[in-house]
Amino acid sequence: MIVELGHFCLILALFVALIQSTVPLVGAARRHVGWMATGRTCAIAAFLLIALSMAALMHAYIVSDFSVVNVAENSHTDKPLLYKVSGVWGNHEGSMMLWVFMLSFCAAAVAVFSNNLPPALRARVLAVQGMIGVGFLLFILFTSNPFLRAVNPPANGHGLNPVLQDPGLAFHPPFLYLGYVGFSVAFAFAVAALIEGKVDAAWARWVRPWTLASWCALTIGIAMGSWWAYYTLGWGGWWFWDPVENASFMPWLVGTALIHSSIVVEKRDTLKTWTILLAIVTFSLSLVGTFLVRSGVLTSVHAFATDPARGTFILLLLLVAIGGSLALFAVRAPKLQGGGLFAPVSREGALVLNNLLLSCGCATVFLGTLYPLFLDAMDGPKLSVGFPFFNRTFVPLMAPMILAVGIGPMLAWKRGDLLGALQRLWVAYIVAALVTLAIFYVTYGGPVLAVLGIGIAVWLAAAVVTEWVERVGLFRISLADSFRRAIKLPRAAYGMSAAHFGLAVFVAGVSASAFSQEGIEVLKAGGSMKLASYEILLERVEKIPGPNFTADRATIRISSGGVAVATVYPERRFFPLQKQTTGETAIRTNLLADLYLALGEADAEGNWTVRAYWKPLVPWIWIGAAIMAFGGLVSLSDRRWRVGAAARARRSAVAAPAE
Amino acid sequence: MVFRCFVVCISLLLLAISAYAVEPVERLPDPAMEARARSISTELRCLVCQNESIDESHADLAHDIRVLVRERLKAGDTDAQATQAVVSRYGDFVLLRPPVKPATWLLWFGPVALLLTGLTGTLYWLRSRPAVVPPALSAVEQAELERLLKDDA
Repeated sequence: MIVELGHFCLILALFVALIQSTVPLVGAARRHVGWMATGRTCAIAAFLLIALSMAALMHAYIVSDFSVVNVAENSHTDKPLLYKVSGVWGNHEGSMMLWVFMLSFCAAAVAVFSNNLPPALRARVLAVQGMIGVGFLLFILFTSNPFLRAVNPPANGHGLNPVLQDPGLAFHPPFLYLGYVGFSVAFAFAVAALIEGKVDAAWARWVRPWTLASWCALTIGIAMGSWWAYYTLGWGGWWFWDPVENASFMPWLVGTALIHSSIVVEKRDTLKTWTILLAIVTFSLSLVGTFLVRSGVLTSVHAFATDPARGTFILLLLLVAIGGSLALFAVRAPKLQGGGLFAPVSREGALVLNNLLLSCGCATVFLGTLYPLFLDAMDGPKLSVGFPFFNRTFVPLMAPMILAVGIGPMLAWKRGDLLGALQRLWVAYIVAALVTLAIFYVTYGGPVLAVLGIGIAVWLAAAVVTEWVERVGLFRISLADSFRRAIKLPRAAYGMSAAHFGLAVFVAGVSASAFSQEGIEVLKAGGSMKLASYEILLERVEKIPGPNFTADRATIRISSGGVAVATVYPERRFFPLQKQTTGETAIRTNLLADLYLALGEADAEGNWTVRAYWKPLVPWIWIGAAIMAFGGLVSLSDRRWRVGAAARARRSAVAAPAE
Repeated sequence: MVFRCFVVCISLLLLAISAYAVEPVERLPDPAMEARARSISTELRCLVCQNESIDESHADLAHDIRVLVRERLKAGDTDAQATQAVVSRYGDFVLLRPPVKPATWLLWFGPVALLLTGLTGTLYWLRSRPAVVPPALSAVEQAELERLLKDDA
């Protein structure tokens, strides 16, 4: 019954979304206040309906209602509760539900927090969001319905793929989707602005917080996915340039460009058309990403043919959304007039360069991901594009960008002084040169490019600090004055510094991974091996039961120079239901380096393969990503975004009687 | 989301995954030659996986190719010859870094071409831009702007 109610709510949500996507639009055109206001009501109603529907599906998973086909195919009674819940989005139908749920959440958030928006703009934004909702709801209801019942319900379900039964992966899709879907707000704003024919600083000010929030979520989502890969796969890889990863990385790259270009719109009233285009492209890539992952075309173009209804629907939806918005862009964008002029060397110029490099980076990833598919569809040769390709094309594009990240904030708006900026960064050169030489000396004979990478990272970190020191006037004015300035700096400035610093930390972590060492040995219980400065002793391996698996658990003692460092317990888990084995690695970190241990297979004599890796600075990859996301959140908390917040604060201060 | 590879491998081989990536038994006694084999392996694709190199893959086929590469090296092949031996058996598909040829020019040079076009286009745009006087704000907008600016202070 609850399942049918959920199904019913979803259908009802479709009709609400239909109203949301039309009535406010007409209202905005005719300046009809009542019609425009329906946008708000509908957005909130659609959110509540979809939330109920989502809750119904989740309930079916939690109580293991196997009469629902989707639950039977993806759940099992023995599964821990966390994975029963996360199993909801561990499959195609459920993940589409999560997508549309997030979408309606964003639309409702816009509806609630948009008191400052001009009513016509708000109505149009919500209408565009409604249209996206209609597309997805139709897709779910007609081709991917999670509420279908089975005629003969099985006694138990098939269960969730054991590899997905992991806390990191339970929360990875929601963050990723929140990021993808969050960009729909920027998209809706862009389309609304095109309809209205007006983009101004205020528009950029409304768009920026939404873009920032989605960017943060996407950053966290991608980082979680890569961290999961790192600790799960058993040899310490964390990024594979896999099409599925690339699908999430492309919107991130363009989204990053969007954050930066909207700053220019806000501060300098120029780059408007470009920013609108970026907003459209970012969300389009989110759509493409979702569908690339979900449709299975990535494995082969022919996977499309196995489910023609879904494939055709997807293509149609992409065509309408992307083609429609780009057509509107082509017609209306020339009418948008740019204001502020600037010289090539200026803050604006640096941000344009950032946008150019990020967009080309994205184009590289796009080509690398879709080119094999494209050739395949044209009956061309079969190709593989993997990490050696991206290392040679993407990395050289990003290296100059990282250098530009350090210089850009030092340039003035309108017309900057490049030479002056470069001179003011002298401390950064010295620090970077010293560190690079020191590392080069210590690792002599090792990978030179990795040393350079660390050098660039150190340079960027030093440049970020220099920029802050300049801003607060440290060493130029009295310490007390500097302190006062530091407090007064807007949060957005701190957010920028933090995000750029996070990038430096990230680059250092990535570069240093070239220095990792590995040891792979077959050990008897009691046998030991050496790795870096560590002694690794396999004490014993024992069988232990788990909730829905049995595990071989190794006890491994790590010592260094006779001093015990740690005891770790890597496992191999066998899931009898799916007849699959997964590895549970053990990672010992001191934040400067990881000691990574994985238990391999036992041979006939009961000897175990033990894989041990020493990975310097690798944790910095995720620490860096976390700092970047944190920077975004700090910037998001800047009160300038909460248009009207300051006035409210003042009003209440005045209202309080001075008794 | 590398689990896709995992899933593909698993579904293809069912119980056959027995090991992680490079196995101790596969290794060559000569460390220099083993290092060469490893670097070749990172550029070859595990054919039954998605975008994993044979150096990373757990699949049996990857194991076979790793052994093949090592055998070629032992027989005295250069790195290029060993790679070629694998390519002649499985085609260009096995190369994670596609060869540069007319069919892949767009792939290899597309981004650089885009960057150069973008750079020249931007410079051209900056130079040729006429000074545009932004349209004046309406009275209502002006009042709204002042209110917003005041909030900032």
